[in-house]
Amino acid sequence: MSKPILDVIGLTMNFGGIRALDHLDLDVYAGEIVALIGPNGAGKTTFFNCLTGMYAPAEGEIRLTSPETGKQTLLAGLKPNKITELGMARTFQNIRLFSRMTVLENVMIGRHCRTRSLIFGAIFRPRKTREEEQDTVDRSYRILEKVGLSGQVDELADNLSYGAQRRLEIARALATDPFLLLLDEPAAGMNPQETAELVDLIRRIRDDGHAVLLIEHDMKLVMTLSDRVFVLDYGEKIAQGTPAEIGVNAAVIKAYLGEEVLDEEMP
Amino acid sequence: MAVPVPERFKRAAMVTMISIKDVKRSLLVSLWFVFLSFPIMVIQVNPVERTVVWRWSNMLYMGIASLLLSFLVRIWLLRQERRLAQKQLSSSPQPSILHLLLKQQKFRYPLIIGGSVIVLAFPLIFSSYQANIMTTALMYIVLGLGLNIVVGLAGLLDLGYVAFYAVGAYSYALFNLHFDLGFWPALPLGGLLAALFGVLLGFPVLRLRGDYLAIVTLGFGEIIRLILENWNAFSKGPSGISNIPRPGFFGVEMSLDQAMTFMYYLMLVLLAGTIFVVNRLQDSRLGRAWVALREDETACQAMGIDKAQTKLIAFALGAFWAGLIGVIFAAKTTFVNPASFTFMESAIILSIVVLGGMGSITGIIFGALILILLPEYLRPLSEYRMLAFGAILVAMMIFKPEGLIAGSRRVYRFQAQKIQPMLKNNE
Ligand SMILES: Nc1ncnc2c1ncn2[C@@H]1O[C@H](COP(=O)(O)OP(=O)(O)OP(=O)(O)O)[C@@H](O)[C@H]1O
Ligand SMILES: [Mg+2]
Repeated sequence: MSKPILDVIGLTMNFGGIRALDHLDLDVYAGEIVALIGPNGAGKTTFFNCLTGMYAPAEGEIRLTSPETGKQTLLAGLKPNKITELGMARTFQNIRLFSRMTVLENVMIGRHCRTRSLIFGAIFRPRKTREEEQDTVDRSYRILEKVGLSGQVDELADNLSYGAQRRLEIARALATDPFLLLLDEPAAGMNPQETAELVDLIRRIRDDGHAVLLIEHDMKLVMTLSDRVFVLDYGEKIAQGTPAEIGVNAAVIKAYLGEEVLDEEMP
Repeated sequence: MAVPVPERFKRAAMVTMISIKDVKRSLLVSLWFVFLSFPIMVIQVNPVERTVVWRWSNMLYMGIASLLLSFLVRIWLLRQERRLAQKQLSSSPQPSILHLLLKQQKFRYPLIIGGSVIVLAFPLIFSSYQANIMTTALMYIVLGLGLNIVVGLAGLLDLGYVAFYAVGAYSYALFNLHFDLGFWPALPLGGLLAALFGVLLGFPVLRLRGDYLAIVTLGFGEIIRLILENWNAFSKGPSGISNIPRPGFFGVEMSLDQAMTFMYYLMLVLLAGTIFVVNRLQDSRLGRAWVALREDETACQAMGIDKAQTKLIAFALGAFWAGLIGVIFAAKTTFVNPASFTFMESAIILSIVVLGGMGSITGIIFGALILILLPEYLRPLSEYRMLAFGAILVAMMIFKPEGLIAGSRRVYRFQAQKIQPMLKNNE
């Protein structure tokens, strides 16, 4: 088997006295959809923040390997924007769009790390810059089509519905050309119809060649969508395996439902 | 059917709810600031008479000023928060009458053409005194446009902008004094030196936001002024530098009136250039990154934008225009001294940006014209200028936070649009 594109070994993160992540190991391979689940406060978002360089973990190694070039990078001390540039992009659990920019502009921001023009290009607009800008616009539009927002390109991000904002977050992250996409609770606040569309969207994203690591509370979504599942509780990995394996794992059921319901809930 | 309360009144009501905690924090900030500024503002040592003067009243002013400032910033931040919380409820701001007028083709062209004729013929129609005032107004428009890059686009509250203006003015004055440098080479040099200072200020404040950034930049502005005031050997101290030559024009001899008229057209050209450049910057990869930075720094970084680089460029470019205008200022008045570069100057420029509409070029032009011309033409009122500024700023922040003319976002055209029919979304 080839090398994992994301390889996390012994990741540990402390907040003062609290250990939010405890020697966590996790890997993602190209073409996979991997789910990270766990009760509230388990440390899932913290894990994403460590991966993307927003928090500095106390211990552990994070390695990112580009599936195209095979180049491996150790993410220690890299700035968030550098990590995104390497090919790992994320969405936020508490939606963080640029609310007073248009939908299209939000996605165009994602192209920033793949484009180059600066002051000179902005002022004199040589042909290279014009082409780059047009390319940015066109690609962004196509991504919006993919997530089903092409009818609202000129709307302010602020004015979108909740579900549409979540999809815009995904579009913006996709615009950075990631080989690994991190989704933090993408289905939160969506109705069943929207969730079904989201499942479809994530599948299409995977088929386009992006691996997906997603945090999700919606068990049905996790079970239908993911190839593998990691389960966190109090910062520790308590289980890992295929959805079928996780569904019957005693430790997982205990973490989710508590000891007393274990007997009734076991299939 | 019940008449709904207009959105803006609802918003205004919410703003007044500043909690005790906010008051406490503001008090703390102002105490801290009074403490920091104590050696500079209160103690005055007179080395000749060997006396120390304690200017206690200054301490009071400092305290009140920083408290007010901190309140303003807090109101501003509170508004931002409310806006975020209100995301779903509030729609985009209503366009102003002026905006609507400019939008309509019927009014647009007559307005623009009439405006340009007046602007172009101004020194010919009016007295040179009027032209002089207008030149000042044009200078403030450019200053406003420069500061707009930092405050309006990138969202970095800079209260020390005047420092870069001073750098420009003094670089012309000093280079002329020592090396006999002419106006034309001094113009870009002043701009570049100011830009360099912009980067120098930018580095230490990269991590700061909101009121912290405001206070540090305010301090930076004061430091530059104090250096100019006290380092006699370098800047000739409070007495300043005089006999700075006006700009030449291929060696043509000009009377004072002609020189003033020339200044006016020079400013006009510079303004046109600035509008062109700022417009292009706004509408570029860089400009988008600034606005995104203003909206959400964390998300910005997560989307691959180099925060440090983007902020430093904003500081440098903003400062560049202040430097240019500084050189012009020195040439126009033929005299510079530190008294021209007080915090009041920064406050006026900031008011222009806020009053006009952050991020909107048209807004800033109107903001500058109103703030600079009104007090000039209403001379008796000018004593209350300070008061009026405060009142206008507070009122604006509460009732029209987006300014006279709010910046609007650009609509892009895509190749795909022509091929693909617009897919209507099913929500
Ligand atoms: N910046 C921080 N400072 C201090 N503690 C933090 C910080 N961020 C997270 N924590 C703590 O770390 C623990 C894990 O939080 P985290 O947000 O990662 O949980 P989560 O698994 O994402 O939960 P949820 O499902 O509710 O999103 C929690 O106890 C939380 O209080
Ligand atoms: Mg979370």
